[in-house]
Amino acid sequence: MKDQLNGLEIAETVKGRSLWQDAMRRLMHNKAAVVSMVLLGIIVILAILAPYLSPWAYDEPDWGYDFPGAPNGELKHWFGTDGNGRDLMVRTLFGARISLMVGVLATTVSLLIGVTYGATAGFLGGRIDNVMMRIVDILYSLPFMFFVILLMVFFGRNIFLIFVALGAVEWLTMARIVRGQTLSVKKKEFIEAAHAIGVSNWKIIIRHIIPNVLGPVIVYMTLTIPQVILTESFLSFLGLGVQEPLTSWGVLISEGAKQMESAPWMLIFPAVFLALTLFCFNFIGDGLRDALDPKDR
Amino acid sequence: MLLDVQNLTTRFYTHDGEVCAVSDVNFSIEPGECLGIVGESGSGKTQVFMSIMGLLAKNGQAEGKAYFNGKQILGLNPAELNKLRGVEFSMIFQDPMTSLNPYLRISRQMTEVLMEHRGMGEEDATKASIDMLDLVGIPESRKRIGMYPHEFSGGMRQRVMIAMALLCQPKLLIADEPTTALDVTVQAQILELLARLGRELNMATVMITHDLGVIAGLSDRVVVMYGGRIVEQATVHQVFNDPQHPYTRGLLDSMPRLDDPGSDKLYTIAGQPPNLQNLPSGCSFAPRCEFVMEKCWTDRPELAEIGSGRMKACYLEKM
Amino acid sequence: MEATTTSKNSNSNGAPILSVRGLKVYFPISSGKFFVPPIPLKAVDDVSFDLYSGEALGVVGESGCGKSTLGRGVLQLIEPTAGEVVWQGHHLEGLGPKQMILYRRDLQIIFQDPLASLNPRMTIGDIIAEPLTVHYPELSKDERKQRVAKIMEEVGLLPQMINRYPHEFSGGQCQRIGVARAMILRPKLIVCDEPVSALDVSIQAQIINLIQDLQQSFGLSLIFISHDLSIVRHISHRIMVLYLGNVMEIADKLSLYDEPKHPYTKALISAVPIPDPEQEKNKQRIVLEGDLPSPLSPPTGCVFRTRCPIAQPLCAKEKPPLVDAGAKHQVACHFWDADIR
Repeated sequence: MKDQLNGLEIAETVKGRSLWQDAMRRLMHNKAAVVSMVLLGIIVILAILAPYLSPWAYDEPDWGYDFPGAPNGELKHWFGTDGNGRDLMVRTLFGARISLMVGVLATTVSLLIGVTYGATAGFLGGRIDNVMMRIVDILYSLPFMFFVILLMVFFGRNIFLIFVALGAVEWLTMARIVRGQTLSVKKKEFIEAAHAIGVSNWKIIIRHIIPNVLGPVIVYMTLTIPQVILTESFLSFLGLGVQEPLTSWGVLISEGAKQMESAPWMLIFPAVFLALTLFCFNFIGDGLRDALDPKDR
Repeated sequence: MLLDVQNLTTRFYTHDGEVCAVSDVNFSIEPGECLGIVGESGSGKTQVFMSIMGLLAKNGQAEGKAYFNGKQILGLNPAELNKLRGVEFSMIFQDPMTSLNPYLRISRQMTEVLMEHRGMGEEDATKASIDMLDLVGIPESRKRIGMYPHEFSGGMRQRVMIAMALLCQPKLLIADEPTTALDVTVQAQILELLARLGRELNMATVMITHDLGVIAGLSDRVVVMYGGRIVEQATVHQVFNDPQHPYTRGLLDSMPRLDDPGSDKLYTIAGQPPNLQNLPSGCSFAPRCEFVMEKCWTDRPELAEIGSGRMKACYLEKM
Repeated sequence: MEATTTSKNSNSNGAPILSVRGLKVYFPISSGKFFVPPIPLKAVDDVSFDLYSGEALGVVGESGCGKSTLGRGVLQLIEPTAGEVVWQGHHLEGLGPKQMILYRRDLQIIFQDPLASLNPRMTIGDIIAEPLTVHYPELSKDERKQRVAKIMEEVGLLPQMINRYPHEFSGGQCQRIGVARAMILRPKLIVCDEPVSALDVSIQAQIINLIQDLQQSFGLSLIFISHDLSIVRHISHRIMVLYLGNVMEIADKLSLYDEPKHPYTKALISAVPIPDPEQEKNKQRIVLEGDLPSPLSPPTGCVFRTRCPIAQPLCAKEKPPLVDAGAKHQVACHFWDADIR
């Protein structure tokens, strides 16, 4: 046996390189993704620091300036003011808080429900899987707008409801993706090996299946966040979103669109932020997909 | 000389760096002979012929010369190669499904070749195709020609592949692990077929395989590859009865044999196959060789004649 | 390697450690039509055998003969349709996962594809330690690590590699990891499902020797499944030949290879290419006609008759039983001793 040991390469480092680390390294080589992550980081920091960046509050009009007023550096209204005389930069950054929060929270909700549901259905298979996936199909076929309007009518407009509504819709696709991945991972030999050892079903799901379906899930998650932000903006545009004086990018764009000709800055600044954020998330998602793609291994 | 390969080197450019899959390979094939190429995965045995056929992946590049009937064919453009591929020489693969279109009937796929290269009419082409299916031993060929690839079993599919490869009566057939995916009893059928076809059509055959047993019955000459280079080249009798390279001998000794009850323990070649990205500067077999000498680590032995027409790349004088 | 017990006696007398009786594994295959019930695919059809302590039983056959399914049926990784699997006097068939766990530490398996059988997201230390975490959860982290390091040395891996991931190893090393995982609980029986067929030729011998070493030093029983007759001959004491889920012949190694009685075994042995040009060119080869029939509609009577060179009308009517054809030699053929040519 000793002579066989000699033929093995001697490890200089004890630490191994996990597939995640490999993927990270590939992601860091992707210029578009890295630039996107930096930009997104800046937007997040700006949103967090919003109250300290400007002397103006998001809900107080500047009585000494035009309603709406064009961008003006002297008055520190860098983005101008809106129809009620409130500083647009502060409002755009506060809008970023709401939009990003909705995006991240709703996606997290959908992630938790979707992964658990999909992995369970895929792993158990058979009749249980059938029933669980038919429930998803039925929920899919409910008209989303109708569902949101119903919620609004019954419970009134409430930011929390938007999370619920968006999360409730987005987890369906997540569950389908996770189930599909689980079905393919379940057939791998290492799952059979775990059964042969006597690992319990629950532990097999946690330890062997979920880590191996996480790649596509993360990619889908980064692509879901912009989708949720966009949906929230759409709801706000229709007047179903957040309530004054709180705001989101959707609300700002909706107001800006009404005064596009007389006060274009009201549309341009929130729209640029929204578009930039969406681009960033999509580039990061693409980058992650390339980095995690098993074919590249 | 039917095919003469000189100084063939094939490199792949991957995101982890350059990989030299084939390094400075020289060999030739006479008309009508059967040449066996033996090697493990990563030995470059397949890439040699992918280079010659112009079938390298996009990130691959081949240098050197390959003369087919005196004509340089390495690096020809695809249009010129298409006039030769399937006509003058053909290649068959381990998995027939990779070269058969699953959505087209066999008849269509076969007649197309003949109509394209031989300018035959559809009727003549169909007739010739049926004759070819008969030749490779497909029963009820008249009926079967109208079937789709997935309707054939593994062994039958490989026969169809061979029939397609032979349609234009090539002078050289390159078979890349043609029986690896098949069961032993079906493998025996296909090997018998290849031997018969080589004789009857007076066609040169290249048999690429990792299985020394497959080569023993079929080949006239054997080339052994390791780490992208030829390490030994000799007649089939010389290689099997008196291997001169330590790798060849190790391979032969480490196989359990059906005809020999053998000892309790198998002989083993220690260590792992070489990493092509990081080949040793000396002989690439040195880390695993039991006869390794001082200079094997620093200098690379060249493939050289060692008498009676055989060649090896090793500093060891005599085994 | 330290040898704890050295029981090389292959066919020790006494009670078999494992008895399989009439094992059937059928898979329902959807007929593709409404109101037509699924068709059973008879992957393993009425297989019986005994395995003794320290014995290596080879199972050979071509793809689709049910050899892998048989191994999994024995380990209850696939629920058998019918039949008994008796392990040291305990019936395993029909046990739930909770009761089966008691026996799992004695019964292990090594898989064909070395990389696919290892979770790519776990370090090899965690992979090898997983059986310990299931069966001996009371072990401390250090004890666990020590045992992992010990078994890694035994299978020829450097313990320093403990934190590496499977993709950083070559195929042969991955198979050593698989062997370590199977061996860490010191099982009594290991099912080896084509353990070397995905490996390079120069690596195969290393793994075969490793398995053989472990078998001899721990007195393991092996069920060694392979399509390669040369390897099975090397490692097994007794060999079972399967065809379409049925046992064709079962005998001691020497008598099976020297005097095969079943026409299928004869053809199988003669089809194996031998690395010797003289023998290859002069060998009288029995080439079987045609391909394996579909297991969904196996031939009536003897399943081999459609390809059998000596098939008679009787073969289509009656399925031949497994009969004694010599000492420890059983064959399922109506005409094994008849002189038909």
